[in-house]
Amino acid sequence: MDNLALDAVALRGRLETLASRQGIRQWDLGAACSTDTSVQVDRGEAKQLKGAQRSSITLRVWNEAGLVGVTSTSDLSDVGLERALIGAHEASAFGNKEETPAFSPLATAPLAPLDQPLHEQRSILELLETLKEAERDLIGRHGAIATVPYNGLAQRSSERIYLNSAGACRQQQLTTASLYLYARAEETGRKPRSSGAVRVAYGAADLDIAGCINEAAERTIAHLNYAPIDTDHYTCVFSPEAFLDLIGAFSSLFNARAILDGISLSSRDSIGEQLAVPLLSIHDNGLHPGNIGASAFDGEGTPTARLCLLEGGVLRNFLHSEATARAFGVQPTGHAGLGAKVSVGPDWFEIGPTPGVSAGQQGLDRFSGAAHSAVGERGLVVIDSLSALHAGVKASQGSFSLPFDGWLIRNGQPQSIESATVAGDIRQVMQGIIGFEGQAKLTPNGLCPWVWIENLSVTGEA
Amino acid sequence: MTQALSSSANPAGVELHDHRWRGRLDTLLGQGQAAGADLVELFIERTDHLGVLAEQDTITNVSPSFGMGAGIRVFRGHRDGFVSTNDLSDDGLLAALDQALAMLGLQRSAKTLGHFDGLPELHDFAIDKRAWLSQVPSLAETTEALLRGTNQLRRHGQHLQSRRGSYGRDWQEVLGVGRRYGTTDNPDDLRQWDAEAAALDLCQSAGRMLYADYIEAGQFPVVLANRFGGVIFHEACGHLLETTQVERGTTPFAEQVDQPIAHPAVTAIDEGLTGGAFGSIAMDDEGMPSQRTVLIENGVLKRFLSDRAGELRTGHARTGSGRRQSHTFAAASRMRNTFIAAGPHTPEELIGSIDRGLYCKAMGGGSVGPTGQFNFAVEEGYRIEDGQLTSPVKGATLIGEAKEVMPRISMCANDLELAAGFCGSVSGSIFVTVGQPHIKVDSITVGGR
Repeated sequence: MDNLALDAVALRGRLETLASRQGIRQWDLGAACSTDTSVQVDRGEAKQLKGAQRSSITLRVWNEAGLVGVTSTSDLSDVGLERALIGAHEASAFGNKEETPAFSPLATAPLAPLDQPLHEQRSILELLETLKEAERDLIGRHGAIATVPYNGLAQRSSERIYLNSAGACRQQQLTTASLYLYARAEETGRKPRSSGAVRVAYGAADLDIAGCINEAAERTIAHLNYAPIDTDHYTCVFSPEAFLDLIGAFSSLFNARAILDGISLSSRDSIGEQLAVPLLSIHDNGLHPGNIGASAFDGEGTPTARLCLLEGGVLRNFLHSEATARAFGVQPTGHAGLGAKVSVGPDWFEIGPTPGVSAGQQGLDRFSGAAHSAVGERGLVVIDSLSALHAGVKASQGSFSLPFDGWLIRNGQPQSIESATVAGDIRQVMQGIIGFEGQAKLTPNGLCPWVWIENLSVTGEA
Repeated sequence: MTQALSSSANPAGVELHDHRWRGRLDTLLGQGQAAGADLVELFIERTDHLGVLAEQDTITNVSPSFGMGAGIRVFRGHRDGFVSTNDLSDDGLLAALDQALAMLGLQRSAKTLGHFDGLPELHDFAIDKRAWLSQVPSLAETTEALLRGTNQLRRHGQHLQSRRGSYGRDWQEVLGVGRRYGTTDNPDDLRQWDAEAAALDLCQSAGRMLYADYIEAGQFPVVLANRFGGVIFHEACGHLLETTQVERGTTPFAEQVDQPIAHPAVTAIDEGLTGGAFGSIAMDDEGMPSQRTVLIENGVLKRFLSDRAGELRTGHARTGSGRRQSHTFAAASRMRNTFIAAGPHTPEELIGSIDRGLYCKAMGGGSVGPTGQFNFAVEEGYRIEDGQLTSPVKGATLIGEAKEVMPRISMCANDLELAAGFCGSVSGSIFVTVGQPHIKVDSITVGGR
């Protein structure tokens, strides 16, 4: 691991001196620095070689009236820190009297140990050769794959710190590496098709490159023989990745900040409501060993922890920052950012059947045997991946309309769908789950099995 | 040569970029070229940002930030290496240069000192930048304006559950390149903002959509409103006319210069010159003066948008379109103010020509996939029945491919208007303008329930 610039003890000393000079008694700080290298290739040639050294701090200051101001900067010199202190103090005059953040009561609580090996960074030319070889391998998998237009191999070495004037001092070092390969295949007289795969690891040496190539090739080739789909309502089977994306897009359901802001479908009184069918349970677990790059603590220094959101379809907990937790009379959950108004967000979802409840086999049985012929007429839609989540989701209304890649399974035969959009309401989705299929799959965004859902609207492109 | 750069003063501590940087830049450029680089590009940046958020009747977030950094890009043949850093010390800049050179197999030599003496006198394109920060509204003035806005939303929209207003201003100083102008150039923008008119428009739109039905899916003729309706052209076609896409092999138009790619009713332009427009730039982020580029003329493809690397790798001449969000990105070919030109019709003529279709008054976000398929949400839509606008509809999504939809834009109205926006892509999020008059698409897939 490279030597990075942050020294928590020295930074604390400098801040104490500068804050004292400005008459500031209460402050906290989040700092991060990183070194990144990344490569992209294009048909055997280097397309982009990139390196970066980044540093940033966010500084909060409480003024004499107890109001909070914040300033961020990439200038970690004494001049920069002092300017940030002064800026935050000035901004505190406009602090929100209705909701003032405080230090997290858990900012000095013990942290759960994380098994995150630190790797030496590879030279960028080594990364380049590795990616060139991966691209060559992927293109060689099928005659229709001519290019891999979206690809990248990157590695990062980073460090983050949380400090506050009450003595909290958190520090975490991390190395990560990632690989993505999105191939483009085209056959004469047919439209181009594209698909891909992603892998993450703690270092470039640990990346499952062969698995990434295999998955990208299989997914791309599987979409070569495509056909349009009739616009209709279908039973849909979401891949683990697609269902995790959908739940992530509607995570405001579980977000106490969004509830207080009036932009969530949930309310303060929603705890205990039956949001989904009893067989669905959802936990947020940033500490899962499969969560590469997990944070040990959030932006306010609160330890990361496993949290039950939905159990047996019943809403059990919300995600909290210090301020929202105080408003709800609970403890912070380790999902906060850092700011004058603190954001809240999920870490990593574990989705699956409720322990002790059937995984919905009864529901799936309707699609087997004699009953399968009824499905055979119209078919099942398999949703492999969703896209345009930033545009096609209205989280505050619950509705979505999203393009997807997938297959129509009719009479047991899969046919790639040319172009289609699936639309619905997240509450309808969670109440329409009829079963899970297979073991939960580990993905970069969480853990989830295949999920069967009834009666979703699918629009095909004419 | 020692590791120290030749400079009489360390500019890291000074307020503005000025002639004191020249010695350091000469040294960096000379060292890079002596190591074998064809071209060394330096992008040195200082920023000052303020974000303010008002929710309901309270200011809930004031977020000032400031920063500095450098991007060093080294070219050799068709290849390049790019390194960004926040460390503007002598050692930091030399380390970044070394890393960029190493990406191309090059190395600085202690024996080959190198000195670049070709830099002209600094030409400051933004003398008034020193005054701008003092002329923009103060924090107190900003918070008052935002609260006036959320107050007007309450006054005109009893049905509203959530009321928000946000303000952001960015000041960017770039050494060797220039400054931006556009709406950010006018320090009085916020003062001239009509909070009541904006609130009324929003409340009426939200009120109508509150009672809208979900639209049924199908294939319809569609009329897209002017201003932000241009986001579809920007996303679905504009990006395919960047040399970045030619390099990747992901544009269907790569070999179609001087060929028809759209209906003859369509002329499309990208330019960086319009005074007051959000995407206007004095110079691009590679130091080239901005231009007006006709992309499509009467349906025929005329030009691609090109940056330095695009010109090197595809042969399309640079168009002053090399843009980047900040020093952490290498510049790439990107749009500026992009719009479909006005046509001869009135908006009513477009709507009147449709028996059954959809009017998209306000567009939401969207995306374009790697094979050119686009998908856009309709924020505010109405049915067209017998040539008239009728009931509001929600949940509509427009789906298609530029190659197939562009020939179906059969009518353009005479009411071209531009709208400010942000575009996120390979070189980060940049200020742009989208625009169009009302346009009619003869047939497009509409996703619904």
